Amino acid sequence: MSARSRDQALTNALLKRSEFWRTALARARRLSAGRAATVAEALTAVEDYRLLARDLASARRLIPDSRTREYLEGAYAQAHAAVHRAATHPGYALLSLFRDQIPRVVWELRAHIAWVTGLMCIAGLSGFYLVHTYPDLIGLFASPDLIATVERGELWTEGLLNIVPSSVLSAQIFTNNIVVSLFAFCAGFLFALGTFYIVALNGLMLGAVLAFTAQHGLAGRLLAFMVAHGCVELSVMCLSGAAGAAVGEALIRPGEATRTEAFRSAAMRSGKLLFACVLLLIGCGLIEGYVSPDPDFPVWSRVLIGVGYWLFMLGLLTGWLFGRSRAQLKPVEP
Amino acid sequence: MADADVRAPGDDLIIDSATGVDLQLRVAGPGSRCFAFLTDWLIRLLAAFAWYTAAATIYNGRLRLSAPTNPDKQWFLGVLAPALAIFFLYHYVAEVALHGRTPGKIVAGVRIVTPEGATPSAGALLARNVFRLIDSFPVFYSIGLVATIINRRHARIGDLAAGTLLIHDRVPAPLPTATGGTLQDGALRELVVELLQRWRELEPASRQRLAQTVLTHSGGGQPPEGAPAGASDDTRLRLALERLTQAGAA
Repeated sequence: MSARSRDQALTNALLKRSEFWRTALARARRLSAGRAATVAEALTAVEDYRLLARDLASARRLIPDSRTREYLEGAYAQAHAAVHRAATHPGYALLSLFRDQIPRVVWELRAHIAWVTGLMCIAGLSGFYLVHTYPDLIGLFASPDLIATVERGELWTEGLLNIVPSSVLSAQIFTNNIVVSLFAFCAGFLFALGTFYIVALNGLMLGAVLAFTAQHGLAGRLLAFMVAHGCVELSVMCLSGAAGAAVGEALIRPGEATRTEAFRSAAMRSGKLLFACVLLLIGCGLIEGYVSPDPDFPVWSRVLIGVGYWLFMLGLLTGWLFGRSRAQLKPVEP
Repeated sequence: MADADVRAPGDDLIIDSATGVDLQLRVAGPGSRCFAFLTDWLIRLLAAFAWYTAAATIYNGRLRLSAPTNPDKQWFLGVLAPALAIFFLYHYVAEVALHGRTPGKIVAGVRIVTPEGATPSAGALLARNVFRLIDSFPVFYSIGLVATIINRRHARIGDLAAGTLLIHDRVPAPLPTATGGTLQDGALRELVVELLQRWRELEPASRQRLAQTVLTHSGGGQPPEGAPAGASDDTRLRLALERLTQAGAA
């Protein structure tokens, strides 16, 4: 039997399996679509995958430029995706995220958190010093409307609820804060310079505005406005910045991995922290919309809410709220 | 677990598989990406605008799209926020629900996969979408577009962060079905079946020329004995081709 005759016979035998390929492709598509499958179906899909691989190998050799080969490539890719699809357990994944993964990330990023917090404090003090020493510089940090309001002896936050309903105010605030927080994280891609810029600018503006209000005897009222939501809001800014700094560091010092791989690894690892940041910022937005501008809340209650919410944040970040003990916080070395 | 590596010099992603037969996926280039993105952009813009129009009409009691002078809670939560949510969460929600696809990607024939050829997790898809903030900077996805042009896997920053790739999602062509007949060459058989399938779409002169060529190669150039009297050359040639592939004709 010549090689040509043998190949022709093999090709004919291969083409006779077209009905199986259709069935296997339909099964793979069904499994890929996420519909519930029995164990038997899953095992059949694995067997399909193996048989499709065998037929594809034959098709690549015997009929490389044919539609049959194209069909098999597609069916094989579909079967591959179906077989390699990870199991999904959303409830457990969320619990694991908040109980185990986020506390681990916080622990791993503790140095970054400390550095970014330090940067924000230094920027805040610098802003305070600059405006305190050179009051005209406030024009660099605040809008003319805000300056005019403070110079009239009023705070721009007063009477806010007369203009915008609390719910709208809350949503606007937490949307804006979440975008800033995500931007601080993503800007880590610019070798952390973008992150440092955002964190430092926020600190600088905060210090400058505090100094400016202090010059007009309004600093106490501004702090009373800020205390309920500000403790967590500023902390979250530092956390997002720390996550961004970790991404930047991975690009600057990738270690043994390639720069792309280090970037991917850092973004996926530290990005988990943003889940907690987003949740906390929604809470901050609600407090800033409902509590902070409302004059009916006395200062002591604002302090209580601010400190209480900050402790809640601590419980969330350490996993304590989800039953993680202090001893488990430090990851076990492999 | 499969191990991924771009081995081919072209745009193919070749993934080693546990079966021993590697998986070949074609990485989508900037053109396919732009096409998918623009299609999605149009869809989400229309969907958001449709919501806004319907909700604003209900809110105002008549067809009026402008916001009220003092927008209240109902306006914000019922009209504005959902429209913005549709526009900004479209990609993430669609990619999770459709396993790495969006309507625009389906139209463009592309799909998001991990370097192992599997569907990415919800977390990876989220990271991919969060980094749109960088990709879209400063305008019109400039950074993302430049990244897809210079990156060998045509990945934008979001893909690099999430470890994902955009590949051509091959839609397999309909398979020739006939397996009987006298034709022994499988590739030629496939050609004959395809020619018969497209017989009516082709110009008579073209299909007759193709049929003659195929019949010459197959050694079955004579018209079938069962051809009706007075049948045209066109019909005779078609019957000759059918004879080559029909079961029981041997």
